[in-house]
Amino acid sequence: MSEQDVICSVSDVELSFAGVKALRGVSFDIRGHELFAIIGPNGAGKTSIFNVLSGVYRPQAGDVHFDGASILGERPHRIASRGLARTFQNIELFENLNVVDNLMLGRHHHLGYGWPWAIAWLGRAQRSEIANRRRVEEIIDFLEIEGYRELPVGMLPYGVQKRIELGRALAMEPRLLLLDEPVAGMNGEETEDMARFILDIRDELKIPMILVEHDMGLVMDLADRVMAMDFGTPIALGTPAEVQNHPDVIRAYLGAGDEDPVIEEVS
Amino acid sequence: MTATVTSPRRTTRPPRGRPRLRTAYRQDMALLNTPAKRRSTLLLVLAAFGVPFFFTDDLLLVFTLGLIASVGAIGLNLVTGYAGQVSLGHAFFLGLGAYTAAVLGGDPEGRLIGYGLPMWVWLPAAGIVAAIAGLIVGPIAVRLRGLYLAIVTLGLVFLGEHVFREARTLTGGPGVGRRGPDLELFGIRFSEGGSLFGLGLSRDQQQFFLALVFLIVFAILGRNIARSGVGRAFSAVRDRDVAAAVIGINLTVYKVMAFAMSSFFAGVAGAMYYAVVGVFEPAAFGLLLSIQYLAMVLIGGVATISGSIMGAMFITALPRIAQEIAHLFPVISTSTVGGGIINVFQFEAILYGLLIIGFLIFEPRGLYGIWMRIRNYWKGWPFSY
Repeated sequence: MSEQDVICSVSDVELSFAGVKALRGVSFDIRGHELFAIIGPNGAGKTSIFNVLSGVYRPQAGDVHFDGASILGERPHRIASRGLARTFQNIELFENLNVVDNLMLGRHHHLGYGWPWAIAWLGRAQRSEIANRRRVEEIIDFLEIEGYRELPVGMLPYGVQKRIELGRALAMEPRLLLLDEPVAGMNGEETEDMARFILDIRDELKIPMILVEHDMGLVMDLADRVMAMDFGTPIALGTPAEVQNHPDVIRAYLGAGDEDPVIEEVS
Repeated sequence: MTATVTSPRRTTRPPRGRPRLRTAYRQDMALLNTPAKRRSTLLLVLAAFGVPFFFTDDLLLVFTLGLIASVGAIGLNLVTGYAGQVSLGHAFFLGLGAYTAAVLGGDPEGRLIGYGLPMWVWLPAAGIVAAIAGLIVGPIAVRLRGLYLAIVTLGLVFLGEHVFREARTLTGGPGVGRRGPDLELFGIRFSEGGSLFGLGLSRDQQQFFLALVFLIVFAILGRNIARSGVGRAFSAVRDRDVAAAVIGINLTVYKVMAFAMSSFFAGVAGAMYYAVVGVFEPAAFGLLLSIQYLAMVLIGGVATISGSIMGAMFITALPRIAQEIAHLFPVISTSTVGGGIINVFQFEAILYGLLIIGFLIFEPRGLYGIWMRIRNYWKGWPFSY
């Protein structure tokens, strides 16, 4: 796994909002189809990394390479069409649309017909809609959300919405998938379901993933590599076992030992 | 319930005894995807074609204008209902279409500029000129949203009104106005009475048929936009613009496209409307007209094509409804001078306000929402659900 191609590399990224340094010296590579987890206390800058990757924030320094090209400063929709998909910490589905339409929107740049075809609903538009609908149904089948197909997503339970958001990202046929707290607020059963889907995505669909998650059990069980962050700075990077026992990580989560200066936990 | 089965078959006919089982995605995506919808729409269209034979000419004119206004309302619903960009500038685009048509189709020998071009030229041209204006205005929406956008588009109405007032050689100026173009297509003069398909028809009957066909065409185009990737992208921009960008939707392109498409609908509707009205003057394209169209969308149903039509018919008929009510109650005088506590125009304005407030509070989904409730009631009848 570790010797395979690098799909995404982040080097020395710095991001600040006015005086606040949100990210400092963040560097990592994503290789092959690994599951890369980012952990850290609240405010450590995990979601900021996602926003830098997907083009929502523009870092002041550093570089982001995706699929061999620098994507720094590109608009979000361009980055998306390069094959970077993400889910959001707080669900960002189109709540007035039904499940099929939400997933079809994930396939937006696979549609391949322009507005003149759309207005006339001529051959190309129809064929494309049917072909893409078929792919959407495969994802609906994969995520076991058949029963919700025609319902507006705003009406659906939280756990199902999380799953649909994952589906929308999968519908994009991504080359890299960013999952922002996919099991936050879920019960045990829903968490297990989601873990199963994440493993299936890695092992069957072979899509590399970056996972941000607070559920340490899930992260340590699933991830191939883990990066721990604190106050915008990476403090450890390695296998789950290595990171788990790293003194800086323990300090960030549990506070300092007796002889160390006290670091306030941010939460 | 409906079930969708993956099947390579291209049949459009569901199996016997299971009318709601769909065996092809094509059926699911069809405009009228249930037998009930097909039957009721067919019935409605047939009934609409029968309308001219059962109503008097003055009522028919109200219906005709309502049908044409529906096209404008569908346009506004595309940009405001589907794409979520609140526009108070619809009157400007309607005016632009009306004047483009009047100039291109106007009398070449008249006192104002006119080129005497046929309808198949001035009608699309009216749409295209308005759409170009929409393309120019659209980028503003990329920068602004919500109330700020509403204010900027409001400015557009005042700009437009001023230009229309001052460009006297084109518009005739305030208090004078100019004639709309003649409705003549395929050698049939709709502006005059005559015979159509061997039937002796009055002017209003002919215009009604023309407006009905016009609406059917544009309603289908509107539905096509709504059900395609373009319409989905509009809804995505409306619901969550950040998420829309992150899944690959170019916000700039779709906001500008929504304005351009909406303006095209407004342009052709404006051209047709004032061709039927006859003489019109620049004061027609003020803020009130924009508000009326917003009321059509709001009262009809946001982000629905059928709702736009219901709303437009209702709002266009409102002055007439107010008059009929005024006849029933002596407190409302039917003229501005006569007795009574309020006159019919004041009564109409009050009715307007009450309707908008009432719908916003009690049925935000508009007439379409009321229709859905009726439909769902009868679906479950005699049980409550």
